[in-house]
Amino acid sequence: MKYIDEFRNKEAARTLINSIHKEAGEEQITFMEVCGTHTMSIARFGIQEVLPENIRLISGPGCPVCVTPNHYIDHAVALSRRDDVIVTTFGDMMKVPGSSSSLEREHIRGNDIRVVGSTLEALQIAEKNPEKNVVFLGVGFETTVPTVAASLIQAQSENLNNYSVLSAHKTMPEAMKALSKGDVSIDIFICPGHVSTIIGTKFYYSLVEDYGIGCVVSGFESLDILQSILMGVKQVVTNDQKVENQYTRAVKPEGNPKALETIYAVMEPSDAEWRGLGVIPDSGLAIKDEYSSWNTAKQIKVDIEDTIEPKGCICGQILQGKKTPPQCKHFGTDCVPDNPIGACMVSSEGACAAYFKYKVQ
Amino acid sequence: MCVAVPMKIKKIKDDKGVVGIGGTEREVSFKLLNDIQVGDYVIVHAGFAIQKLDEKEALETLKLFKEMEQYT
Repeated sequence: MKYIDEFRNKEAARTLINSIHKEAGEEQITFMEVCGTHTMSIARFGIQEVLPENIRLISGPGCPVCVTPNHYIDHAVALSRRDDVIVTTFGDMMKVPGSSSSLEREHIRGNDIRVVGSTLEALQIAEKNPEKNVVFLGVGFETTVPTVAASLIQAQSENLNNYSVLSAHKTMPEAMKALSKGDVSIDIFICPGHVSTIIGTKFYYSLVEDYGIGCVVSGFESLDILQSILMGVKQVVTNDQKVENQYTRAVKPEGNPKALETIYAVMEPSDAEWRGLGVIPDSGLAIKDEYSSWNTAKQIKVDIEDTIEPKGCICGQILQGKKTPPQCKHFGTDCVPDNPIGACMVSSEGACAAYFKYKVQ
Repeated sequence: MCVAVPMKIKKIKDDKGVVGIGGTEREVSFKLLNDIQVGDYVIVHAGFAIQKLDEKEALETLKLFKEMEQYT
């Protein structure tokens, strides 16, 4: 397929791998990626295995489903139990265990929960079911948020008052800043490709200036990731930390202004809770008051059960790069994708799911 | 959640249209992008085209890989 196969060329991969080995030196270099699709690509292409031993790749909080706290799942479960509500969601939220149930279990019990591929489908469900309140579970980062914001603008313009969004949207920059201040030492951030298509590259300069961490915005194919690692290695060995953009075919310095405009027409920065990282100021996006008619939290009141965290699950530490999946006693034994204990094993973009699927040690 | 596949625009009507790759086609919204035309490649996420693929930059990156092979 065009613009995919060329970026997986084996000869070019070999050249890049050789260059990385030549340049890497002996000091440990730690890369953190903060995008679930990077987590999957790295595992799928076996990238860690072809790198010199002193290069360590760790995953950060890049999987939107994984960083969504249990309380949110419990809220969605409570909504789904109301007869007047249809819950719509992206598929990877279905299996995430909440405190005592999951959306999948509620669906099996007969509650009306529908998997959609886009917010546009959720809007159509609302149009066809005027007697029901159709709730869309708004989970995701800057890549997804504009698509949700666009749906709220459309709902307002069409006076579609039975559609609303339960927003748990998050933004990556403040989380990266929190990680930079944390106790995991990171040399280079592999910056999220598609989040960057929206927000551009401007923010990353503050990570270089304030924390001395180099930033490389990367694409998702094997050559993209290898080239990004080579760029990062060169930054570290020459002590020349900077912002570099490997994914120039999709990421512009200014991002996508129309998408940003759409987000900020409807939403505003707010504090947000991240599984593993706690509450990070200004790391979320909340629906503005003028759109509160389409804000589920303001429109539909439900009793939400007390939050119980899964016992022994180290998902929170994995999301901070403090531990890797095989260090968890449940990994691959009683926690597997079909029967997950924690969110990192559920989502197709979770670190545990990636390690399990591609048998990373 | 992020689908990283660039898709080619086949049809545009108002702010919607059809994109395709390798025999599959799907309908997407162009509400989040300006200045697109049939034949452009776009990155599609959750039913929306979120960015135009810069073909010149894609070819530049591929050229760089070729040059590296020659010098190593």
